[in-house]
Amino acid sequence: MCLGVPAKILETGDGTAVVELGGVRREISVMLIDDVSVGEWVIVHAGFAIEKLSEAAAEQTLALFREIAES
Amino acid sequence: MKYIDDFRDPATAKALVARIRRDAGDAPVRLMEVCGTHTVAIARGGIRPLLSGAVTMLSGPGCPVCVTPDGYIDAAIALGMDRGALLASFGDMLRVPGKSSSIEKEKGNGLEVRVVYSPLDAVTLAAAAPDREVVFLGVGFETTAPAIGGAIRTAAERGVGNFSVLSSVRTIPEAMGVLAADPEVRIEGFLCPAHVSVVIGTDAYRPVARRHGIPCVVAGFEPLDILMGISMLLRQRKEGVARVENEYSRVATAAGNRKAQDLVRDAFVPCDTGWRGIGVIPGSGLRIADRYASFDAEKKFGVPVVFAREKTACRCGDVLKGKILPVDCPLFGKACVPEEPYGPCMVSSEGSCAAYYKYGAP
Ligand code: SF4
Repeated sequence: MCLGVPAKILETGDGTAVVELGGVRREISVMLIDDVSVGEWVIVHAGFAIEKLSEAAAEQTLALFREIAES
Repeated sequence: MKYIDDFRDPATAKALVARIRRDAGDAPVRLMEVCGTHTVAIARGGIRPLLSGAVTMLSGPGCPVCVTPDGYIDAAIALGMDRGALLASFGDMLRVPGKSSSIEKEKGNGLEVRVVYSPLDAVTLAAAAPDREVVFLGVGFETTAPAIGGAIRTAAERGVGNFSVLSSVRTIPEAMGVLAADPEVRIEGFLCPAHVSVVIGTDAYRPVARRHGIPCVVAGFEPLDILMGISMLLRQRKEGVARVENEYSRVATAAGNRKAQDLVRDAFVPCDTGWRGIGVIPGSGLRIADRYASFDAEKKFGVPVVFAREKTACRCGDVLKGKILPVDCPLFGKACVPEEPYGPCMVSSEGSCAAYYKYGAP
């Protein structure tokens, strides 16, 4: 039940946004996060975006992984 | 999919496993994954056998369904059967055993229940059925608490008076503190939940690390996240330090989500609460704040959740504390299987017994 998944914002509305989850478009609440815009990534849990995903931080982690894989 | 597949690369996984094996000692290091989502990801990814001999992963208490006491199920059934409420619930609560029955079994006797994906769906359900009392079965941890609080606030704002919540919300750091202090459990590192940490902030584990000298690493739920988290725990151990580190920096921050925290503080008050198999942990629960008393199903209908230590052959308590592995329970795979669960750890897909059963014991 406690599954939170990354999803990309497709549309924004009044306190809500539309994302694609497992191939299905779904309206979620964005009341727990600051303004989101289309194209941003969020983590969705139980119908709520609980946080934005930082693409820069994700790239840093992936770069670290590449370093480990090559060492 | 982006941000999922990126964190599943097999070559990197191999390099991380080698790094973990280099850093491990002679005896396997005892680490605990606190969260049920980690339990499932570790089982599905076949991570336990990869690390055998180097690391023993114990499954912690972080499956909300597994730790919900049977008294809660009994109260839910009473609300549905005696008070005629329409229950709204996450799907995996239905087969959890209460003292003598489950919600699923009572459906045959007339209990009405709707499975919902979000607490907000339960508010929508109530708004569409003004002549029914709709009770949402609000179980979960800090991740779900803001969603439940958000649903209560939404119902209050929209004047949906026939909506209420039977709350059984728990907080993770308090449970970790109890396990850390238990000499029988002997945890050498905590792999901390990804999304609970997103809400409460990674700083929330500092007391556990400091007081008990146990390294804590917040890690994401993909295989590389988990392997990296384990590797970071072993590095701390090697250096002889115990601090909080964050592998999941793409989403979790030190301070967490303030908006979510404010909402939880508005809607809930900390309380002592019972965990199935573990007992009462002081300050580890969240009850609905008095200002929202009319949305508190326990108060509204006078149906309290009673916690009693259950007498059962199920060893879930020892599994959740990391004292035994699911396969060590005499009922595992015999009297207790996912289709006919005897204990709660076999019910939820996040339960460690169910994960061991489905993906095979190492
Ligand atoms: S196998 Fe079943 S009975 Fe045994 S501990 Fe797990 S859930 Fe309980």
